[in-house]
Amino acid sequence: MKLITAIVKPGKVDDIKKALQVNGIQGMTVSETRGFGRQKGHTEIYRGAEYTVDFIPKVRIEVLADDADAAGIVDLIVETANSGSIGDGKVWVTPVETVVRVRTGERGHDAL
Amino acid sequence: MINSGDTAWVLASGALVLFMTPGLAIFYGGMVRAKSALNMMMMSFAAIGVTTIIWVLYGYSLTFGKSHNGLIGGFEHVGLAKTLNEVVGPQGHQIPTLAFAMFQLTFAVITVALLSGAIADRAKYGSWVLFVAIWITLVYIPVAHWAFASQSGTGGWIVDKLGALDFAGGTVVEINSGAAALALALVLGKRDGFKKDPMRPHNMPLVLLGAGMLWFGWFGFNAGSALSAGSLAATAMINTQIASAAASMTWALYEKRRDGKATTLGVASGAIAGAVVITPACGFINPLGALILGLIAGVAAAYAVTRKYKFGYDDSLDVVGVHGVSGIIGMLGIGVLATVTVNAAGKNGLIAHGGFTLLTHQVIAIVVVALFSFCATWLIAKAISATIGFRALRDDELTGLDTVFHAESAYDITGNSNRY
Repeated sequence: MKLITAIVKPGKVDDIKKALQVNGIQGMTVSETRGFGRQKGHTEIYRGAEYTVDFIPKVRIEVLADDADAAGIVDLIVETANSGSIGDGKVWVTPVETVVRVRTGERGHDAL
Repeated sequence: MINSGDTAWVLASGALVLFMTPGLAIFYGGMVRAKSALNMMMMSFAAIGVTTIIWVLYGYSLTFGKSHNGLIGGFEHVGLAKTLNEVVGPQGHQIPTLAFAMFQLTFAVITVALLSGAIADRAKYGSWVLFVAIWITLVYIPVAHWAFASQSGTGGWIVDKLGALDFAGGTVVEINSGAAALALALVLGKRDGFKKDPMRPHNMPLVLLGAGMLWFGWFGFNAGSALSAGSLAATAMINTQIASAAASMTWALYEKRRDGKATTLGVASGAIAGAVVITPACGFINPLGALILGLIAGVAAAYAVTRKYKFGYDDSLDVVGVHGVSGIIGMLGIGVLATVTVNAAGKNGLIAHGGFTLLTHQVIAIVVVALFSFCATWLIAKAISATIGFRALRDDELTGLDTVFHAESAYDITGNSNRY
């Protein structure tokens, strides 16, 4: 099993959710987060004083999937999140040892 | 005989002006960092409580009691004695003395509350409460007596002897608070990280809400100062609207040209700067004069608030730049734009062929009030620093004053912060 983690622009979350749902993905977790990559931060101005804000708001999406589905999900997220501009984010995949559904105690593939 | 129309307007105005101080709490509270937002608001609410107590005990009496050499009132109204069922004002426009006392109380409240913006995020709360009591007593009361206590030529020296014009508190409220704020900011010193760390306003919608409350309440402040529900109040009210609106736009325009963007904080700050500039002038100049002062104040204050970075004093929320500078422009503006066609009790300025006399008097009032306020406030703040201490500990400042002084925090977004 794999954990797919994507950091994307907040405005892309709805599109990604729809794309995943259309393709039969059963669940996802999102959280608001902040960070910077090559885009760096941005500048804000209050009463003429400039402040560099290093960490930019992003959304972290996490999806658990079978090994066979992972590549397809990554492609789906990358296609949907891509606006062609700097700051679109990153997607990565990590191996997952096991998954348990809390209600039933099902494990592994059955818990997805 | 009591004039019920005038009385109704002054009673309503007292409520309007009191509403400005919670408005200021919200305006200031949104502008500081979340960790000290409650402390910022608490300083305004403390101003309401402490000032009211002092006003009842001796504040009203020393401000509006019979003048001693134009410098200070007497003790005859201590405990608000001899005010029940009494009246003030000219024949035909008399209002209950207590309506006047309540209205004037709200001015004292907001003036001292304004100062808290200069020392955001770093003052010990108990020391602030003590400061409010001392400052109202030694600074606000004398200055308000000088400029507001008109007693047929034998009252406060600014209004009755010098003859400078100040309709609603350009000296008493604005220049007074601006000069005192500078002294406070200098004595307490800069916030840790001033000019280095970002200290962004934590909640801009709150700032805009507070600005709106101030704008609304300011109609009571300025038009209420006519102490009568007639033409003069109407002139003062529309002048307030014109100057606030004009300054909000010129501040934003100035920002757009300088920084590339017009900001919400700029529009909100401009509206306040406009209300400030018209405060002394609203009952002495015509609407086009109000427009001119508003247009100027927006640009002048927008420029003034950036000077603290150059000179290195941390007037955190720009009391000096907004209230001090706009207050001075408003007082000077009277010397140029005043005309007796607006207010027969006023005077003619330069444009109405009144010569330089009025302008000179305005300058004297500005300089004396600013110097007195700055020096007295500096001494009071130094005395508090040397005894019980005024500045919060560095660790407490970094943690945030809300939990340190009030055992509260402004936001619990998740609803679970008691657990993790």
